[in-house]
Amino acid sequence: MQISRTNIFYIVLLLLALLAPWVGVYPIFLMTIICYAIFACAFNLMLGYSGMLSFVHAAYFGVSSYVTAWLLTANAWSTPGALLVGALASTVLGLLIGLIAIRRSGIYFAMITLALAQLVYFVCLQAPFMGGENGIQGVPRGDLFGLISLTDDLSMYYFVVVVFVLIFLFIQRIVHSPFGQILKAIRENEPRAESLGYFADHQKLLVFVLSSTLAGLAGSLKTLVLGFATLSDVLQSTSGEVILMTMLGGAGTFFGPVLGSAIVVALQNLLSDRVGSWVTVIIGAIFVICVMAFRRGIVGEWLAYQDRKRSA
Amino acid sequence: MTDIFGIPIQVILGQLLLGLVNGSFYAMLSLGLAVIFGLLGVVNFAHGAFYMLGAYATWVLLDVFGLGYWWALLLSPLAIGLIGIILERLFLRHLYKVDPLYGLLLTFGLSLIAEGVLREVFGSSGQTYPVPELLQGTMDVGFMNLPIYRVWVIVSSLTICFFTWYLIERTRLGATLRAATENPKLVQAFGINVPIIVMFTYAGGVALAALAGVLSAPVIQVSPLMGSSLVIVVFAVVVIGGMGSIMGSILSGVGLGIIEGFTKVLYPEASNIVVFLIMAIVLCWRPAGLFGKE
Repeated sequence: MQISRTNIFYIVLLLLALLAPWVGVYPIFLMTIICYAIFACAFNLMLGYSGMLSFVHAAYFGVSSYVTAWLLTANAWSTPGALLVGALASTVLGLLIGLIAIRRSGIYFAMITLALAQLVYFVCLQAPFMGGENGIQGVPRGDLFGLISLTDDLSMYYFVVVVFVLIFLFIQRIVHSPFGQILKAIRENEPRAESLGYFADHQKLLVFVLSSTLAGLAGSLKTLVLGFATLSDVLQSTSGEVILMTMLGGAGTFFGPVLGSAIVVALQNLLSDRVGSWVTVIIGAIFVICVMAFRRGIVGEWLAYQDRKRSA
Repeated sequence: MTDIFGIPIQVILGQLLLGLVNGSFYAMLSLGLAVIFGLLGVVNFAHGAFYMLGAYATWVLLDVFGLGYWWALLLSPLAIGLIGIILERLFLRHLYKVDPLYGLLLTFGLSLIAEGVLREVFGSSGQTYPVPELLQGTMDVGFMNLPIYRVWVIVSSLTICFFTWYLIERTRLGATLRAATENPKLVQAFGINVPIIVMFTYAGGVALAALAGVLSAPVIQVSPLMGSSLVIVVFAVVVIGGMGSIMGSILSGVGLGIIEGFTKVLYPEASNIVVFLIMAIVLCWRPAGLFGKE
């Protein structure tokens, strides 16, 4: 059996991820990266594979993290149930927002999602069970079906890794499926895809909802890892972060969003204690550099370089 | 005492006036956004940041240089317009041929930089700016006392909006501008320097945002965050009005400001979201916007 170089890379990476907590890497830090990586991969389904720039993904991430936190604290639900219902909440939200937003495309789509995200933010700010500015604190991690306790950081870490691998494979499957090909066709030339008999709006709505579900799952997982849900998850800046992670790593590549989220989370952890508000400035500067100098992102540029080398 | 729905009429009129003030800002900002989008094809996310910079420039002019409001009215838009020119030359110019989403992302990054720098330099808390002496106090119009400064904001910004509309729709310069929007190559062939026109259009739109910032300095707290929430409302206004129409963006800006003011009286909890709700309804009913053409 032939194993491609990409798959060897993924296997090595997975082994490293499994070993990382044993060589002294802080598991919470890794879990945060992985949660954001799931978030960015979900976002990449939109920006990378369907060409739609959404500013509303923080709403999914935040709302489902709130729902999960609320179910676990006030209602004492089981962990898998709270995770699933959290993702379900963002799915419903995604459907509602999608129905409105896909009425326009391109730049209008981006502006509409931004406005709807602000709507969700204000609703969250005022909703009584969301705890206003404080959010929901002290969320218990619970266990998986009474078998594995997640209270321990290490077992939580392996649970997060498993979820990530499943979602990563799922996204690859979607992109390579006929549905993924139709999305690509719509991105490249919407009228032509329509003339071939594909109802573009239905396909776009479907990927929008799918992306919202996965983004929501990422938010729910993050709540479980860190033990709280805050208003800042719903904020426009979180949408900005996920856009940056995807762009920096490479939109439309499988590994790009993962690399991007690792870089951005590491940067924030490293800098936030030392430089204060300059973190915002640095993130803004990375945006500018990405747009001006390498629009394909790190992984995208690397793949393009490989292509050039092969054809030369 | 006259009441409407059990609410004193003075309260309603007061909120209406506030709504008109906000509506004038919406109108000025969405106008600039529409003009820039028309010619450059760039959705200027940094519009809120320029509005904020305009207000800070006003505050700095007084605090550091001792130059008052009337100087700021002239100097702030000039300074911010100059920043706009520099940014257009350095960055935006290179993005006209790629997907417009990149222009949005670039200006998003620029506004993050502006916000972060100002938060670091001036702190997150707001600064207050005094109302200029000439415009202090209230005037009695029989049924209520009108704060003179608010009336000044409404009158002056609507005058500026109308002037801009006239410039673009009714003058020779405006005709050239519109022609350059339709077909830049052809206009260039007539010997008109289109890149320069584009540059000054961006500077003009940005200066309008800065001017709105100057006008707003005495009525709100000047803070690094004042632009980022406003720009989203203005985006919604532009989506409601339809991006192509200049008069449309002025009318929907003022109208939505008034609706927001009324909502504050009738159901305060919804005042933050009413514009977004209207946007959702308009999108379901007329996706191109009220004044837009598909």
